[in-house]
Amino acid sequence: MAEAAVLVVTGGRVVDREGERPADIAVGADGRILAVDPSIEPGGAQVLDATGCVVAPGLVDLHTHLREPGREEAETVESGSRAAALGGFTAVVAMPNTEPTVDNAAVVSQVLDLGKRGLCEVFTAGAITVGREGEQLAPMGEMAALGVRLFTDDGRGVQDERLMRRALEYASGLDVTLAQHCEVESLSRGGHMHEGAWSSRLGIPGIPAQAEELMVSRDLALVELTGARMHFQHLSTAGSVELVRAAKAKGLPVTAEACPHHFTLTHAALAGYDPVFKVNPPLRTDGDVAAVKRGLGDGTIDAIATDHAPHTQETKEAPFDEAPCGMVGLETALALALTELELPIERVLALLSWQPAAIAGIADSHGGPVAVGRPANLCVIDTGASWVVDPARSASRSRNNPYAGRTLTGKVRHTVLWGEPVVVEGEAQR
Amino acid sequence: MSHLLSVADLGAQGIEEILRLTDSFVEVSERAIPKVPALRGKTVVSLFYEDSTRTRLSFETAAKRLGADTMTFSVGTSSVKKGESVRDTVQTIEAMGVDAIVVRHASAGVPWQIARWASSVIVNAGDGWHEHPTQALLDCYTIRRRLGSLQGRRIAIVGDIKHSRVARSDVLAFTMLGAEVVLVAPPTLLPPSLEGWPVTVEHDLDETLSKVDVVYLLRMQLERQREALLPSLREYTARYGLTPRRAEHLGADAIVMHPGPMNRGVEIAAEVADLPNAVMVDQVRNGVAVRMAVLFLLLGSGTQLEGVDRG
Ligand SMILES: [Zn+2]
Repeated sequence: MAEAAVLVVTGGRVVDREGERPADIAVGADGRILAVDPSIEPGGAQVLDATGCVVAPGLVDLHTHLREPGREEAETVESGSRAAALGGFTAVVAMPNTEPTVDNAAVVSQVLDLGKRGLCEVFTAGAITVGREGEQLAPMGEMAALGVRLFTDDGRGVQDERLMRRALEYASGLDVTLAQHCEVESLSRGGHMHEGAWSSRLGIPGIPAQAEELMVSRDLALVELTGARMHFQHLSTAGSVELVRAAKAKGLPVTAEACPHHFTLTHAALAGYDPVFKVNPPLRTDGDVAAVKRGLGDGTIDAIATDHAPHTQETKEAPFDEAPCGMVGLETALALALTELELPIERVLALLSWQPAAIAGIADSHGGPVAVGRPANLCVIDTGASWVVDPARSASRSRNNPYAGRTLTGKVRHTVLWGEPVVVEGEAQR
Repeated sequence: MSHLLSVADLGAQGIEEILRLTDSFVEVSERAIPKVPALRGKTVVSLFYEDSTRTRLSFETAAKRLGADTMTFSVGTSSVKKGESVRDTVQTIEAMGVDAIVVRHASAGVPWQIARWASSVIVNAGDGWHEHPTQALLDCYTIRRRLGSLQGRRIAIVGDIKHSRVARSDVLAFTMLGAEVVLVAPPTLLPPSLEGWPVTVEHDLDETLSKVDVVYLLRMQLERQREALLPSLREYTARYGLTPRRAEHLGADAIVMHPGPMNRGVEIAAEVADLPNAVMVDQVRNGVAVRMAVLFLLLGSGTQLEGVDRG
């Protein structure tokens, strides 16, 4: 090592896309990895102890709602990025459904600027249509010029087939990916939970699984028509997973994500009318949960995305049908995956790190491999640690966490962002 | 029992207990001065986010006959209209010193949410499409008075089951007391899933009427036509309305029920509503006594029940 290390991570097992090996990691002043060796003398460098832990490329969230600008009382870029870092994420893609919408270069710049002070790297998706109104294409080119790689009207799907076709064609010329929140509104309108046994019993208007599946199916047809690349957000039904599985078997250029709540919770959670469990797409049946798990296990679903959606207590305490959809998820995603999925850790990390990094178009800086010259975006995971979820201890400004009191196994011990230890021993450093 | 939120929480035994107590309060209601001081010093608040003069008056009459003070929180003229949250409203009411809150809300589940925050007794007076437990209790009581028992009785509930809190509570209560329930409705007005419901479904009212002891008609909301759940009210009446000709299929002892208010000429013909085996007036009268029993059970104690035979 010609250059002096400023940080050394010692005693851990590195797990990245190349496999698993015990190694120490030295990081230089430029935030890049200087050395990966079985044993490194720290010298004067700061030491992060990773004994008994997995050292992995930092996690990447494809689907985070940071609420800024417009809803700073629920979350800010800063508070959201701190929650992300505590959850092991070194990069998040912020959803564009802010107020104003991220549908032009000015708002993109605003979010990226705010992100520079964050505890993880903040990327933003842009809206596909102006104001997410589904009527006019947003200026994807000017946003792509600022580095936006993913476009979505998330919170809504693009309803009009003709417009979606044009969006896909236009996007393919910019080498960006369109991501879709799949929901046919004429079927879902007025619904507040999954339509089925529980909605019938509770007297809550339902959203049928087909409201999602019809749009997945329509978009697959449009991908076939245009040849454009497409990413399906937060798949929640067995039918959607099956459609994507068949599309991949046919060789269509599609990817998909699923959220932790869709593989850990069912619509039965709504029995007590607690809006903390109200989310869109809604919590579904046991069969859907099993299908999402299968999809994550067999590669049909490429990424776990949090759909971290903070809301203030006041808004979440509204009557069930008036309360907003969404739950926080950045700090529990990894532990839920490790606890509930019964997958080897390399698979879980593929779903949470390098595969989402590739979809987000940021694989050059996130998602590893852990090798000399690469940016030191890392997380250190104590896979054996169990902990109890306490929403009050969250870094998020919001407390709408459906897992309060749940015991999970697997905890982030340290997070390193471009060589800077932003989380040490489970505590945010700024 | 600390609240009355759902019929399901009562169980058959709880329902029986309330119905037994209702007998005593029917007797009280028939007196020259129909009052007992059982809840003297207690305050019962009606918190109605949705207009229902009938239900509110029934609860308030029940509370007054038990000697309780009553207050009405009139949402139409209050700060709630200016966006105050349900939680803040409940806290304000509780700060005034109340013992029970009778709550009606257009959203399912609100009484459950309030029960998590409140320290007073919560009585569900109807939540969205979900439940209306005191209606089910008064319906059970009315059937029992007319037919002796619900055990083995066949009851048809006809109409808009999907959007009906009365139907959900009635299905639970009737079947808990041993009745068989058949739902008669066009599929667009049935819940999307009947998984776990102890009922059968029939689409032909004529077929069903001759085989039941009770036909329970639900109010048809006129907007169901606009929502494309029905081609027209005329077609609904033709297929599911209780017309005088259809009513002839009913057995001699069979009774006709309706939670009110009725749309005469839609779900029920005027002539049928006035037949002697139509018991809508009994339902209203029994409603007061059942609500007295509920409030007494939730707020009273044995020693306060002076002059009432608990039978
Ligand atoms: Zn979404």
